[in-house]
Amino acid sequence: MSLDIILLAMLDGLSYGAQVFLVAVGLSLIFGVLRIVNVAHGSFYAIGAYVAASLGIWIATAGWSPWLSYPAMLVAAILVGVIVGGLLEATLLRRIYGKEQVLQLLVTFAVFMILEDVQKVTWGVKPYFVNTPLSLLGTVNVLGINYSVYQLAVIPLVALCVLLGLRFILRYTRIGRIVTAVTEDREASMAMGVDSSRVYLFTFMAGAGLGQIEGAAVAALMIGLGRSIAVYLAPEFDVLMPYLIMFVVLLFKPQGLFSTLQTRKV
Amino acid sequence: MRQIVLKAENLRLRFGGVVAADGASLTAHAGERIAIIGPNGAGKTTFVNICTGYLKPQSGAVIFEGKDITQLAPRTIARGGIGRSFQLPQLFLDNTVFENLLLALSAREGTWRPWMRLDRHPKADEMRDMLEVIGLSSVGDRPVRELPEGMRKLIDIALALALKPRLVFMDEPTSGVSSREKFSIMDTLVRALDHSATTAIFVEHDMDVVSRYADRVAVWTGGKIALEGTPEHVLNDPDVRKNVIGV
Amino acid sequence: MRFDLLFGAIAFCAVAGVPFFIPWATVMLTIALGVGLAVLGVVVLLRAGQISFGHGLYYAAGAYTVAFLVQARLGLDTLLLLPAGALVATVIAVAFGFFAVRYRDIFFAMINLAVSMVAFSLLEKLYSITGGGDGLNVARPTLAGLKLGRVSFEFWMFYTTLAIVVVVALVVGRYLASPLGKGLEAIKSNETRLEYLGVSSARILHIAYGVSACLAGLGGGVIAIVTGHVAPEFAYWVRSGEFVFIAILGGAGNVVGAFAGSIVYEIVRNYAAAFAADYWQTILGVSLIAIIMFAPQGLTQMRFGKKRGGA
Ligand SMILES: Nc1ncnc2c1ncn2[C@@H]1O[C@H](COP(=O)(O)OP(=O)(O)OP(=O)(O)O)[C@@H](O)[C@H]1O
Ligand SMILES: [Mg+2]
Repeated sequence: MSLDIILLAMLDGLSYGAQVFLVAVGLSLIFGVLRIVNVAHGSFYAIGAYVAASLGIWIATAGWSPWLSYPAMLVAAILVGVIVGGLLEATLLRRIYGKEQVLQLLVTFAVFMILEDVQKVTWGVKPYFVNTPLSLLGTVNVLGINYSVYQLAVIPLVALCVLLGLRFILRYTRIGRIVTAVTEDREASMAMGVDSSRVYLFTFMAGAGLGQIEGAAVAALMIGLGRSIAVYLAPEFDVLMPYLIMFVVLLFKPQGLFSTLQTRKV
Repeated sequence: MRQIVLKAENLRLRFGGVVAADGASLTAHAGERIAIIGPNGAGKTTFVNICTGYLKPQSGAVIFEGKDITQLAPRTIARGGIGRSFQLPQLFLDNTVFENLLLALSAREGTWRPWMRLDRHPKADEMRDMLEVIGLSSVGDRPVRELPEGMRKLIDIALALALKPRLVFMDEPTSGVSSREKFSIMDTLVRALDHSATTAIFVEHDMDVVSRYADRVAVWTGGKIALEGTPEHVLNDPDVRKNVIGV
Repeated sequence: MRFDLLFGAIAFCAVAGVPFFIPWATVMLTIALGVGLAVLGVVVLLRAGQISFGHGLYYAAGAYTVAFLVQARLGLDTLLLLPAGALVATVIAVAFGFFAVRYRDIFFAMINLAVSMVAFSLLEKLYSITGGGDGLNVARPTLAGLKLGRVSFEFWMFYTTLAIVVVVALVVGRYLASPLGKGLEAIKSNETRLEYLGVSSARILHIAYGVSACLAGLGGGVIAIVTGHVAPEFAYWVRSGEFVFIAILGGAGNVVGAFAGSIVYEIVRNYAAAFAADYWQTILGVSLIAIIMFAPQGLTQMRFGKKRGGA
């Protein structure tokens, strides 16, 4: 394996890992606060992408500056978070917080199935191509390899901002501390007068990670690198890699990368 | 001197800043009934948890019938002959009372036959008798979930005794039981213990129960035994009367 | 128990008559019964309060075992192929079970999902062995030594499957009423107490895991033979989710419900595919939510207003 390929694999891994992180961090925040694994999280991701693409196409056909497509992506994220996430929490999840974990998992599975249809009916099944955000920023030469700036810099930067931003919010702001308190001890924080149902809604709309943000980041990078190395070494196994890593992580640190186990009090 | 059944030596365990066990030692002899008394949060339940393998002490050892069981899992300790009941009953809520006992029976006998219905267990009658003894025959077929706390407490103790342990820990056997019933329950219990020559260590807040049923009393404060002796001796100690009993 | 036997007997008569009265539904029903076997596997684990989002793995293991054996042209009979599929699935489950039974709840669901998705990727990528994304065709094997034409094969395959289902339902029903089965309920309600009775909850769950994989493998084998085709989708997580869905639909933890649920599911799916293909998943999703919210005991229990799961 030549040096070029190693470098390329690292860059790919970084970029892909950053994307995975952006999805995973949401999943992990929701799990941290609500103790629900949101099976429908992938649908949030897909719908976010579709909305962003639709906005991008709309901007292009209206003849506006293509630079507007960046704020458009942010708008898409907020729209999806508030509308889909907010609606879901307020109408459905709120009713099942007390139920068995297994049932909660199934409810989000049901939501996943419904959202898949919504996606198909709204956007059809053929792919959308919007490469304005990619082409506008051009490419950059890294040690002799041309790489898209968007993929190499923008996505990882956004991921880094999210990581640092969330850490800041959770540690130093009021709402952040409340979220942390709820994660650590739901009953106690209710007793202290925190309106935990509002916190849940906030979490769900923010749809981003917590407590284990670092865990999500490390896992995402592992998956990113693992997959891109697989792409170059054994391309047939690239899809397999993320699941393999998920399996290994679960095997060794079932409660997440950075946490400790709790047991029943007797 | 009678044979030593359990020897807890110098147990230490702290949870962050809270010292739950601070050099606690206790020795129990065969057939003895020891009551542990002490204020809330003194570490009584923690002591039971350490002796039954739920918690591991940071130092010290638990010796049962000459064997060091400190690091063993609850399951291994239970099989080795130590039973326990809990301060909050730990039961199979969705199963009937009878099924709860039959599971204990199957555990004791190792009868895990997939073709045998649990309720047709060859020794099921033994558990029926036990239900009779604790006066719960009439609710035998009801799910535990539907029963009041007092009954659950009894079932919890019955599960421990169904294993025919040589040593049993009971964490506040009469809490949640009405004061009218507590003596009759304890009478039954003590009769069963005597009958099977089971050594018992029980945590108790009710001094009437302690003075009537314990051979020996250990006063737990600040994670260790402050005083140990016969009920008359301990319960009349001025310090104990002031700090533990609260008179 | 008596209720289940009665209901089971009525259901059995109704189902058994189908090839005579509605011949076109024979294959559909056979498929439903095959899926029902896999669902029963999920039901066994549900008794312990655990769901596997990866039982597609064992379903696929059974199906691909049958496919490989048929492709190997050993001339094996259906009555040998099916146990072979079940056996392979069981062996895999017993091996993987050493890890899986250490987990509970969401982690149990997820580790199963992860492993089944690894299997899915492998099935899709190892083209030369597994036929890749297209899967493998399964030529019609003999049935009890007889070479049958398509129609009579379908007819007799239906009754073979029905017979298997009846035997399996009785055996699993007994297993669930045995100390091992009741131990599963104990795991669901209080594992701490179970440990304090000196019982290894991991071992009880491990046995259940093997049983449940065996059922899934058997179901996968039936499907492979009836549809004449296997594909990587068998191991896909959405397929596993379907099994769980049907289990809940039929009344979680209910033996007869597993089959009743999969028959209802298969019928609705067939009609939905024809008349509302775009909304099929929405129908599923909405009904799943409705059942969880309003009828947690599932279909069989709802109909007869019965309070607790029997069998
Ligand atoms: N798992 C744990 N983690 C942290 N602290 C604990 C834990 N278990 C017990 N403690 C603390 O240790 C101390 C002793 O608790 P323990 O339950 O042993 O008291 P106790 O004597 O049984 O009290 P009570 O009479 O109220 O039952 C308490 O302050 C309790 O809060
Ligand atoms: Mg206590």
